[in-house]
Amino acid sequence: MAETLYDKLWNAHVVREEPDGTALLYIDRHLIHEVTSPQAFEGLRLAGRSPWRRETGLALADHNVPTTDRSAGIADAVSRLQVETLAENCAHFGITEFQMGDARHGIVHVVGPEQGAVLPGMTVVCGDSHTATHGACGTLSFGIGTSEVEHVLATQCLAQKKSKNMRVQVNGLLPHGVTAKDLILAVIGRIGTAGGTGYAIEFAGSAIEALSMEGRMTVCNMAIEAGARAGLVAVDDKTIDYFGNAGLRRPYVPQGERWERAVVAWRTLRSDPDAVFDAVVEVDALSLKPQVTWGTSPEMVVSIEGRVPDPAQEPDPTKRAGWERALAYMGLVANTPMSAIAVDKVFIGSCTNGRIEDLRAAAMVVKGRKLAANIKLALVVPGSGLVKAAAEAEGLDDIFRAAGFEWRAPGCSMCLAMNADRLAPGERCASTSNRNFEGRQGLGGRTHLVSPAMAAAAAIAGHFVDVRGLFL
Amino acid sequence: MQPFITLNGLVVPLDRANIDTDAIIPKQFLKSIRRTGFGPYLFDEWRYFDQGEPDMDCTLRPRNPDFVLNKPRYQGAEILLARANFGCGSSREHAPWALLDYGIRALIAPSFADIFYNNCFKNGLLPIILPEETIDRLFREVTSAEGGYCLAIDLNNSTVMTPGGETFGFAIDPHRRFCLLHGLDDIELTLKHTAAIRDYENRRRVEAPWLF
Repeated sequence: MAETLYDKLWNAHVVREEPDGTALLYIDRHLIHEVTSPQAFEGLRLAGRSPWRRETGLALADHNVPTTDRSAGIADAVSRLQVETLAENCAHFGITEFQMGDARHGIVHVVGPEQGAVLPGMTVVCGDSHTATHGACGTLSFGIGTSEVEHVLATQCLAQKKSKNMRVQVNGLLPHGVTAKDLILAVIGRIGTAGGTGYAIEFAGSAIEALSMEGRMTVCNMAIEAGARAGLVAVDDKTIDYFGNAGLRRPYVPQGERWERAVVAWRTLRSDPDAVFDAVVEVDALSLKPQVTWGTSPEMVVSIEGRVPDPAQEPDPTKRAGWERALAYMGLVANTPMSAIAVDKVFIGSCTNGRIEDLRAAAMVVKGRKLAANIKLALVVPGSGLVKAAAEAEGLDDIFRAAGFEWRAPGCSMCLAMNADRLAPGERCASTSNRNFEGRQGLGGRTHLVSPAMAAAAAIAGHFVDVRGLFL
Repeated sequence: MQPFITLNGLVVPLDRANIDTDAIIPKQFLKSIRRTGFGPYLFDEWRYFDQGEPDMDCTLRPRNPDFVLNKPRYQGAEILLARANFGCGSSREHAPWALLDYGIRALIAPSFADIFYNNCFKNGLLPIILPEETIDRLFREVTSAEGGYCLAIDLNNSTVMTPGGETFGFAIDPHRRFCLLHGLDDIELTLKHTAAIRDYENRRRVEAPWLF
């Protein structure tokens, strides 16, 4: 029977199945971070258990780490304890950890593929919802809770029910100045934050094929913002080249005969032409424009040419109340043109948009220009130490600094403000991160999600602006 | 894990759709390395007027009197009535931990986000899905009730009974219900299949040696 990519990945990892369809699914790679693992390791210790295959684990502390001077360690004692706890647990159980200061350190979802620790055909989990990112590499990847982190450590498996299949078919090519981030924001705007609940979403079509691997990671990263635990993209030449490019040296990639065999297997990782999807969403890439969120959910999004919507136009009472609350929280008035909204801070980084191509896209806009006078702070936070080094080798850091941006050390930073990087109450931010929830970037902070180029343009203009006009 | 069999509990209505786990328990409290103690910080940014910090004594903090959890009539609630897509966003299991630590044992909503839904079952917190119309009705009944409005949940029969004696059935995965009724440790169950896991690994070692 014809299978989808998701079916193939799922079937290859089923250890056994209960009569009600609950499957024991084998996990090939377990990414671990400091926030969702301490209680799992504690559970393991209390039960006297040890990791089933410790070499499948790769750990990084990314949420709590400072992005400024690290020579004195972490100032916040509670954050420091959590980071130290991860180090102790990894040392005790023999799990590889890249610690702060290691050149390979960074955001777990940037480092995984960068190191080749995530490979096509794998099942990848992490106690983090943005694990969906790795589906861009032809993997089945999804976020789990801490109990499941402990379960994977102890058994290398998870008890799971299979999701339904959705295909988001993006036809045509993205216009100049419209990026992977705009594409996924537009999809979320269309299907809603619960549109993908219960589904694994395969992103397909000519626009997805044309995206780089990093662009595909941006798209899959935010599948969870559409409610889907997993996003996926079929393996093609770009996937193989991403892992096989000798110049990039990804240490976990298999070599020699193993590589040859792996590539043959990976080439089969695509949906069969006659595979049946439970739901199909078609998107016309050519019609897309740069996107800006206006509210407190990623589905509250319009194009830069649009206006803040008017709740009075929304017939559904629950939705209308949600819009009204969002406008009050965001300090916005209905029908305001998006390009009239001034920003206070700019954040470029995160597991969504902290890779080298993201920094290049932002730098292209910033080059030779200065931050607008009303911008209080503009941060560039590379997704990993290797991204940072690559950017510095290209001189991107100089471009950002010359414009007035701060060039920081890698970590999750102001995507969720667990470290010192955050918004003050009422401050408005153009952010390349993934969530605009209330308080996400700091209590009372107002987040607008945009692409790296759009964030850079807002930093220069001082307000949201169509990057396709003046800047590209 | 504490088993869940029946519950006759006071209901608190939280009338917002798409409540995310950042709202349920804000990020600063995730720095804790424990599983307990999150209850006082449940919905922290909505419950209090000031900025909450880990280990803060919440007894003297300024409370938002308009927030439903702060209303006297809902004190001691064990069932949270909510709207669609409850628990979206971050995978943090601190969200069910905070709800449980506060005293919530069951949630009733038209839909839940996948990861959150899954996390609830690992902790003995029962998420019940009922149709949108039933939820609308329950919201009306809870808010218009004189005094405390209680619902009786029977997991064995998968039913919710109103004070008027009306009963609604709910669907729940048999495996999850079984584990919840018996308070079973998932890991223990999986380790019964050690031989099957080893067999799978031996097969995969041949098929996909680069994974080992």
